[in-house]
Amino acid sequence: MSALIEFRDVCKFYQMGDSTVVAADHISMQIQRGEFVAIVGQSGSGKSTCMNIIGCLDVPTSGTYLLDGRDVGQMSRNELAAVRNELLGFIFQLYNLLPKLNLLENVEVPLMYAGMPRAQRRARAMEVLKQVGLEDKWKHKPNQLSGGQQQRVSIARALAGRPAVILADEPTGALDSHTSREVLGLLQDLHRQGNTVVLITHDNSIAVQAQRIVRLEDGRVVYDGDSHAPEAVVAPTLPGGELPLEAV
Amino acid sequence: MSFPLKLYETFALALKNIFSSKMRTFLTMLGIIIGVCAVIVIVGLGNGMANYMKDSFSELGTNLLSVRISGRGTPRSISEEEMYEIVADSPAYLDQISPTVSMQGVKIGTESSTTTSVTGVSEAYFDMKGYEVSQGRGLQYMDVLDRKKVCVVGSYVAQTYFSGDAVGQSLKVNGNKFTIVGVMAQQADEMEEGGTDDCVYVPYSTAARLTFTGTINSYTITLTDEDYASLGKQAVEDALYEVFRDSNAYTVSSMAEMLDTMTGMINMVIGILAVIAGISLVVGGIGIMNIMLVSVTERTREIGIRKALGAKEGVILRQFVIEAATTSALGGVFGIAVGYLLSAVATEVIATVMETAITVSPSAGAVLAAFGISAGIGVLFGYLPAKKAARLNPIEALRYD
Repeated sequence: MSALIEFRDVCKFYQMGDSTVVAADHISMQIQRGEFVAIVGQSGSGKSTCMNIIGCLDVPTSGTYLLDGRDVGQMSRNELAAVRNELLGFIFQLYNLLPKLNLLENVEVPLMYAGMPRAQRRARAMEVLKQVGLEDKWKHKPNQLSGGQQQRVSIARALAGRPAVILADEPTGALDSHTSREVLGLLQDLHRQGNTVVLITHDNSIAVQAQRIVRLEDGRVVYDGDSHAPEAVVAPTLPGGELPLEAV
Repeated sequence: MSFPLKLYETFALALKNIFSSKMRTFLTMLGIIIGVCAVIVIVGLGNGMANYMKDSFSELGTNLLSVRISGRGTPRSISEEEMYEIVADSPAYLDQISPTVSMQGVKIGTESSTTTSVTGVSEAYFDMKGYEVSQGRGLQYMDVLDRKKVCVVGSYVAQTYFSGDAVGQSLKVNGNKFTIVGVMAQQADEMEEGGTDDCVYVPYSTAARLTFTGTINSYTITLTDEDYASLGKQAVEDALYEVFRDSNAYTVSSMAEMLDTMTGMINMVIGILAVIAGISLVVGGIGIMNIMLVSVTERTREIGIRKALGAKEGVILRQFVIEAATTSALGGVFGIAVGYLLSAVATEVIATVMETAITVSPSAGAVLAAFGISAGIGVLFGYLPAKKAARLNPIEALRYD
């Protein structure tokens, strides 16, 4: 069986004025079904680019990205939207819930775009809200919840469409250490239930919660292997003070 | 695979967004409300005026032709008998004819009236005009033949000068004494000086002699049907041309044609005003476009989230177009409501201030068109902002704050 996610010599260049920024420099990797992988790197390492490509929000400049055997690089914007809806579940650093909708409606959004009938959609949304322990609060608006609770709603939303990959972009970046552990615990539960989880982070202490670490530096893979190996955790090149949300 | 999002879901989403900021929505709608309202009131006013004209003209008789012989540019003249023949020759369009000879100077007892009209007519005239005689008798053939000095007076004359008991009394026209043989039934809603009831009718032969009119040069002809106004007019004109060989020698005018001309002019004026009012609809549309552009910028992050979660460009486009169209159409509905209200108010105001009963009545067509145009404007002016939203790059949109 082929890998769920496969990068073959993926490159991504950005034009910044006169200079060309290489955000991904011949990255090749594979992620199998059921893996829990952390993609780690400092600001500017190319991990956001990596996450955008994995998440089908962007396409590589060159090289091939196969998701579930489909060549994403060749897809139109609408096809990408359909793939995102069907195969990917996003968890964002800042939750990205829609403030005017209640929790249930928020979780329903991806199902609505999948064309699921209303009754079925509600039932499924309630089911995943229950899974993250927020079924009692389904009528609340996101701003009535704590950060940790909001992140749980966004996990529920990511799960709702039974995606092939759960893609978490700095999911604990805005949370305190206690809630961070809770959210990571949830991700580990999801992994144990057989989901494929890809975690993007700059934080080694978060990354080690995954099974496997892919470390990026300057758009290149510098480590790919077991998260418990000592080489997986190298000292950060920039000591402290770094913004959790990196700019490309 | 995914199915197209149900339309009503998008619609529900649009309503949710519209009602989440009521004040802004209302202000956005205001342009459309004013535009639709203005169009409706103006068209209503036009309808009212056209109806008023129609009523006034049909009081004068839209099935009538009036013929004036000036004899200009020709030595030829035409006799009454020839005129009667012209009518008899076109029985399909023309029904009856009566000469009309105007006289002046009515004196009742010692009182003179300058407002009372005196007209010499044939015995058929009352029938042609639909006048009724309430007391005594009407004019008869013998009166005309013998040039009798008899007259029929309008109800105003009978009431004002004879206290309603006029038959058998007499009055003087141009110094000649006429015996009143009949009183007409009241014509207008209210009797007034100089109105349709302030009149005296005498035999035309008598009038012609007393005014020293050699040949009679004014006639009234009735049509078999008021739809034949142009055909009947044409028939009379053709016949008169045969006689005079000069189209300057006579004029034939029809009330129906005059009404048509007047109505046409009113409609044109109303049309121009409605177009000017319609410009405010366009201005309203631009207002909607402006707010939608702001809304798209404000909701960039929302759009990014929706796209990340799988919303296709068409879905985002439709969401924003429907939102704009719904705002605009709702504005249209309010505009129609306010328009009807203002029409009712305008009717009242006109009735009090101008003492004329013009009913401002918006036509169903104008209302439908106003609603359709307002919804259309929403789609038209909502498209550009919606396109902008649909084309947003999800990565940049997600990073926007």
